[in-house]
Amino acid sequence: MSDNQLTKHFQDQIDQEVKIEPKDWMPEGYRQMLIRQISQHAHSEVIGMLPEGNWISRAPSLRRKVALLAKVQDEAGHGLYLYSAAETLGIDRDELIAQLHQGKAKYSSIFNYPSLTWADMGAIGWLVDGAAIMNQVMLTRTSYGPYARAMVRICKEESFHQRQGYEILLTLVRGSEDQKAMAQDSLNRWWWPALMMFGPNDEDSVHTQQSMAWKIKRKTNDELRQQFIDATVPQADYLGLKVPDPDLKWNDERGHYDFGPIDWDEFWQVVKGYGPCNRQRMRDHIAAHEEGAWVREAALAYAEKRAARLETAVA
Amino acid sequence: MKKNWPLWEIFIRSKNGLSHKHVGSLHASDAQMAIENARDVYTRRSEGVSIWVVESKHITASSPDQTGSLFDPADDKVYRHPTFYHLPDEVKHI
Repeated sequence: MSDNQLTKHFQDQIDQEVKIEPKDWMPEGYRQMLIRQISQHAHSEVIGMLPEGNWISRAPSLRRKVALLAKVQDEAGHGLYLYSAAETLGIDRDELIAQLHQGKAKYSSIFNYPSLTWADMGAIGWLVDGAAIMNQVMLTRTSYGPYARAMVRICKEESFHQRQGYEILLTLVRGSEDQKAMAQDSLNRWWWPALMMFGPNDEDSVHTQQSMAWKIKRKTNDELRQQFIDATVPQADYLGLKVPDPDLKWNDERGHYDFGPIDWDEFWQVVKGYGPCNRQRMRDHIAAHEEGAWVREAALAYAEKRAARLETAVA
Repeated sequence: MKKNWPLWEIFIRSKNGLSHKHVGSLHASDAQMAIENARDVYTRRSEGVSIWVVESKHITASSPDQTGSLFDPADDKVYRHPTFYHLPDEVKHI
């Protein structure tokens, strides 16, 4: 088949909701878009462990501590599922990590904000995981088979993440005035960055149109953001917390909440590396990678030695 | 010495979007023959769109004697499940 025919056949498959699998022919642009998106997603899971890891040793009870540990463990696991899905596209793990360290691959900007108080563990679970789940539920229907399957597994495991976060905040708002204030402060700091997680407005998003045509994404950034706001505002109301947006108000006609403008200058500053924690996150990841090198080397050396010993024994 | 064809484990993807699933094994002289034999043995009624074959000796399995010690660390971690967290019924979409 000619390239044109292959491209047409590929798009027909997509249009008929047939998933694309690793050995199927795919346009180079599709492969590259997936590598970019899946690796960014994987890096986000891994970097996302840092702001929460910060609080494991200071959790206020054993119950909170085991839950937070389990959540951070899940994120490590989710990173692994996603790296494997990316590797089915013909790129290897070392290259993916190198791209992260060189700043060629991104991770979600949300993790460049600091986790200052215990309430942030609540807000991260509720809002950050909540926003991630919106996006990931959509991605269970993405056109690339290995990515879709990883998403199904991740969504199933992740449902507890958001609930444990909400439970933390629920406990705080039922506590002392100071605790309630701490919860409110946390919502104030995380609300807007959480809305930015869905990415630029549709008209400014360079990838959206092609991504939708290939059914990698099935909803636009703005659709998902609206869906998140509609689901989350009543949850904030229940907590008795105030969403820090003076323009936020239910619009009966649209059947959605209206909301105020997002500070995209802040978003781009953080994406470009000037957020509060960008350098710290990257420094910590590089340090962990380099300090772990001897473990990887030792395991390989041990495996080689055992193989050699086995060979001698057989001979 | 008589040399037998090696054993191969066969995995079939029933349709795009689903994982390959183990369906059984068969003997073949090499990987190519294993795929052809698997086609005839396991997909005579269009059960598959893709076949993986792996020589059985390359599969390392966990030991049944160790099932307990291998898996029981997950048994007492109820907090990994969403139902462990108490949220009021009024709170939706969570």
